[in-house]
Amino acid sequence: MAFLECIDITKEYANTIALKKISFSVNKGEMVAIIGPSGAGKSTLLRCINRMIVPTAGDVIFDGVNFNTLNSAQLREQRRKIGMIFQHYNLVNRLSVVENVLHGRLGYKTTFEGIFGRYAEGEKEEAFKILARLGLEEQAYRRCDELSGGQKQRVGIARALIQEPKLMLCDEPIASLDPSSAKIIMDYLWDINKSIGITCFVNLHQVDVALKYADRIIGIRKGEVIYDGPPCALKKETIHQIYDSKTGELIMD
Amino acid sequence: MELLVVKKRQNYIAMFFILVALLSYGAMEVTGFEPAQALIAIPQAIVWSLSNFYPTMASIKNLPAILIKLHETVFLAIVATTTGGICAMAFALLSTKGVPVFTVMCRLIASFFRNIPDTVWAIVLLLSFGQNVISGYIALFFATFGFLTRAFVETIEEVGANSIEALEASGATYGQIVFQAIIPSCITQVVSWLLFMIETNIRSSTLVGMLTGTGIGNLFNIYYKFFDYHSASLVVIMIVIVILIIEAASNHVRRMIL
Ligand SMILES: Nc1ncnc2c1ncn2[C@@H]1O[C@H](COP(=O)(O)OP(=O)(O)OP(=O)(O)O)[C@@H](O)[C@H]1O
Ligand SMILES: [Mg+2]
Repeated sequence: MAFLECIDITKEYANTIALKKISFSVNKGEMVAIIGPSGAGKSTLLRCINRMIVPTAGDVIFDGVNFNTLNSAQLREQRRKIGMIFQHYNLVNRLSVVENVLHGRLGYKTTFEGIFGRYAEGEKEEAFKILARLGLEEQAYRRCDELSGGQKQRVGIARALIQEPKLMLCDEPIASLDPSSAKIIMDYLWDINKSIGITCFVNLHQVDVALKYADRIIGIRKGEVIYDGPPCALKKETIHQIYDSKTGELIMD
Repeated sequence: MELLVVKKRQNYIAMFFILVALLSYGAMEVTGFEPAQALIAIPQAIVWSLSNFYPTMASIKNLPAILIKLHETVFLAIVATTTGGICAMAFALLSTKGVPVFTVMCRLIASFFRNIPDTVWAIVLLLSFGQNVISGYIALFFATFGFLTRAFVETIEEVGANSIEALEASGATYGQIVFQAIIPSCITQVVSWLLFMIETNIRSSTLVGMLTGTGIGNLFNIYYKFFDYHSASLVVIMIVIVILIIEAASNHVRRMIL
């Protein structure tokens, strides 16, 4: 059985259908890039996977568990196996880097321990190990609002990694970064995917980045899958079809 | 196309000014307010104030009594703000939890308390609690609670939404999210709103005091009714001084926490 399976996922809003019967299955360790124009439904799709958005219809089966059958406590238990990274980092800016990283452990704590921020020694050591791996050990005690965008995104990755996730959902992780910070972030994601074997979903606006890093590309337009396959088989015409553009209209031409 | 949009916007702006002018004129007609007469009255009022409304040596002897009442009023404002603030925070957290029933219920309750002015609350409460400090306290508490609930909800949605989403996605419980994300990111705005509310409530509690027969408002009322304008003016001056001090103190606190 596949590691993650999405079957006929549909999401309807009052006046738009964001996703129309999207189905795919992903194996363990794959690096999947989702591309598509603004409003195609990339963010909605990502959030339907961890049920931050509840799909109107369809099933998500992750690691043998159908998310439709879970109560809220069981859902939280599944969510801690899924790390999430955001375009705007979504850190608590007034707290320190290491406090933000440790937030990734809250899913494993009782409410009481979590409220008072009582983490085990082992968890703190792990936090510093991950920070070192991401080149942030010197920033550990700085407040997050003092960091650059690239550093904030690395804190976001550290917070996801400390969850010991099996799956990583990244919603436009490099959309607010300059090219060199963007490369650093993509290289870390690639490294996490290849060396730890965490399955990654990355929403991207840059087709060239997707082609370079992903093992598999899913192209969506207006809530429908237009392409699903390896980067090498993605033809120019298909890219134009995804973005509804003509030859010469995209920067890559 | 572009031009049409600009033109349309210009039409809207023109319509807006015409509407404001019509409304103002209508209001003057209905209330019988004469702007010309009001303008003429201003110099007269100034002359009257300068010749009557100033403290004298004789009125200074009332200062201790004034200070005691002022202390009572300021204290009432602070207590109403802190207790109202705590309840408002609880309601704001409940309403942003993401359970639609709670959200609607909390907003309805808060908006009910917010939309009735504190003076109206005071008058209503007078009937059941009588002329005492309890009526004043409850009136201020209700108005504060209603106003702050809305302010806190907006703050949480504006400042906290991103980190709430992140922690929810990682499997944290709402209690953990409140203490690890919402309170750390919203604390400065919350303190700022509380300080603002204390300033507002000192002014309001003066007014409410006139109705409920307590505090500095009542003292002013008494002096005024017995034509002791000198002592009444001293009361006004003391209120202004206290408000300036509170404002300076809260500015200082704001600078410290930001
Ligand atoms: N809460 C909502 N209410 C109504 N419509 C929504 C809501 N959220 C998203 N939509 C609609 O669903 C569609 C897909 O939105 P989504 O955010 O998933 O697009 P996206 O591919 O992530 O776009 P972008 O690249 O700009 O982030 C859009 O048409 C959007 O307007
Ligand atoms: Mg998006």
